[in-house]
Amino acid sequence: MKYIDEFRDGKLARGLAQAIRAEVKPGRWYNFMEFCGGHTHAISRYGVEGLLPENVRMIHGPGCPVCVLPIGRVDSAIELALERGVTLCTYGDVMRVPASGPLTLMKAKARGADVRMVYSTLDALRIAQGEPQREVVFFAIGFETTTPPTAVAIKQAQALGLTNFSVFCNHVLTPAAISNILESPEVRKIGTVPLDGFVGPAHVSTVIGSQPYEFFAEEYEKPVVIAGFEPLDVMQAILMLVRQVNEGRAEVENEFTRAVTPEGNEKAKAVVAEVFELRRSFEWRGLGEVPYSALRIKETFRNFDAEARFGIGYRSVADAKGCECGAILRGVKRPEDCKLFGTVCTPEDPIGSCMVSSEGACAAHYTYGRFRGGAARRTG
Amino acid sequence: MGGTVKPGYVRPLDVKRGRVDLSHGSGGRAMAQLIEHLFVRAFDNEWLRQGNDGASLPALPGRLVMATDSHVVSPLFFPGGDIGCLSVHGTINDVAMVGAQPLYLSASFILEEGFPLGDLQRIVESMARAARDANVPIVTGDTKVVEQGKGDGVFITTTGLGVVPDTVCVAGDRAQPGDAIIVSGPIGDHGVAIMSVRENLSFTTSIASDTAALHGLVAAIVQSAPGIHCLRDPTRGGLATTLNEIASQSGVGMVLAEEAIPVRREVAAACELLGLDPLYVANEGKLVCVCAAEDADTVLTALRAHPLGREAALIGRVVEDVHCFVRMETVFGGTRMVDWLSGEQLPRIC
Repeated sequence: MKYIDEFRDGKLARGLAQAIRAEVKPGRWYNFMEFCGGHTHAISRYGVEGLLPENVRMIHGPGCPVCVLPIGRVDSAIELALERGVTLCTYGDVMRVPASGPLTLMKAKARGADVRMVYSTLDALRIAQGEPQREVVFFAIGFETTTPPTAVAIKQAQALGLTNFSVFCNHVLTPAAISNILESPEVRKIGTVPLDGFVGPAHVSTVIGSQPYEFFAEEYEKPVVIAGFEPLDVMQAILMLVRQVNEGRAEVENEFTRAVTPEGNEKAKAVVAEVFELRRSFEWRGLGEVPYSALRIKETFRNFDAEARFGIGYRSVADAKGCECGAILRGVKRPEDCKLFGTVCTPEDPIGSCMVSSEGACAAHYTYGRFRGGAARRTG
Repeated sequence: MGGTVKPGYVRPLDVKRGRVDLSHGSGGRAMAQLIEHLFVRAFDNEWLRQGNDGASLPALPGRLVMATDSHVVSPLFFPGGDIGCLSVHGTINDVAMVGAQPLYLSASFILEEGFPLGDLQRIVESMARAARDANVPIVTGDTKVVEQGKGDGVFITTTGLGVVPDTVCVAGDRAQPGDAIIVSGPIGDHGVAIMSVRENLSFTTSIASDTAALHGLVAAIVQSAPGIHCLRDPTRGGLATTLNEIASQSGVGMVLAEEAIPVRREVAAACELLGLDPLYVANEGKLVCVCAAEDADTVLTALRAHPLGREAALIGRVVEDVHCFVRMETVFGGTRMVDWLSGEQLPRIC
């Protein structure tokens, strides 16, 4: 496949692996966090960790949209579908996220709730148009990548004069989460979670550009290398991070120049700004309440805001007992450190959200890497 | 008086404009007419013509093999096939995967009230063609009708009966460390063909379903290498799930070479777009064969000489592993697990 195979080439990978090995200083550790679930998936699926030297450690960050969705929000969605009788449309992975009770959206569907898996916001719009007697709610989740399509759907619904369509908005923002991790006591108290740099988001950065990361590089003195989601992108970014660390630099570098510009996608940013505004605070699974880290629908589009339309309140729910998703999302623990991992928590029957999506740290390790067992454990 | 009455006259079935109604499953004359006009006419064979509740079959030599499979695919018609031929191929293949020669089929239909008779005829004719081509007659059947909204057009269950010679011993628990793992051709065609015509996904592709009866291919393998250990068709859950089934049944591990696994470019591209892994996408005309390493060349030659196995490939080997893990050396140079499919990748694929 043109434009794909080039970025998965084994020979180039071996070359890059050699270059990384040649650059790392023996006797020091390199701890890099890949923020995005897309990177976590690529690293696990292609076995990238096996190609890295022992002293380069990848920490899986919180950039998996399904993983950071708090339980309380899933509860609200299930309530909408089961008790309020709405047709709830959402992306596939969301269907399997466990709520506080025994249900997931998929199990609610089996109990008669009208839950439909869609591939795009436009599918949800089409359902609302085709079934005007149904109240259709799109359960919107995701980072800056999925936000513009939700904004477009709301604008289209308005243009079409739809009265039976609304959005339960749970869109979150990447830079706020990175700040939160860097501000966390574990990272500040050096030694608990050593972080030497970030592999910056791929698709998110195509929308927001590379500029928003300048702040982290400067303020926290952490290098950021924005990288594409292909395995060679990740390896190249790791090499660039190693070089920055060795040279004592902390800059934003862009490995993904084929798609990311400093400014990002102006059109997408404009439509998002038109429809959404910042929430004062939003709960993230694993990170807790993070100020100004999520979006809500503006007053002008209130008719399309499911929270307003159905009076959805919010109730915070603690993680299941023993579940380490929170610590794993902050990089404090690794999947295999959790007692539930691979025992009661598996992709078939996930307890924590990190086991649900293939981009989640636990699911990725379970699905692709668990044959390594304890041998792969490394400490910083 | 009475001169115009035709005793036993029933108005011919209006296949063009007619639809299934509840009377077609009632056991009465309408049902008899549907069976006679559509099913018996298309499937015609001496056992069906007996017209009894059960088909009376001659005694069979060797061990008997029986398999059954229900088909609920959506949509009913897709590039390369339809639910009709799929329901014939699916069961023939299940019988064939123990090394058997499939001999007879039964077919059971659950029809939804309102289903167009024209579509039903297309499906039945496709089944008849598939059964004829495979030389496996449909010897008995059943029809039920459910109210509108209680089914989805048509569901078909087929059961197959076959025989396997005592000299052949093919089973999922016979893989041994050192064995070769062979796949009969490129994977993922069926799943991608179905996806390409799903309402909310439809995209243009030249990929057609690979649905095919594989008993001829199996016969060719068994003839040239009767000592093969396992055969299985990687349908739902794809190649990955099938290999995991064999690994855990046999208590062994497997190591695959990603670059050796045949995947058509179009399938790879569609999977890339949809975020799917071809290893988990369904096939309906492929088989996996596990055999002793010294038999690998013979099996590959037999497969490649058959039209359905031209692109057969050796994709990996069986190893000792108490965890029964299936691992894969990636094109990229790393190693990863190839796990069971978790959750549902795509509902109603067959």
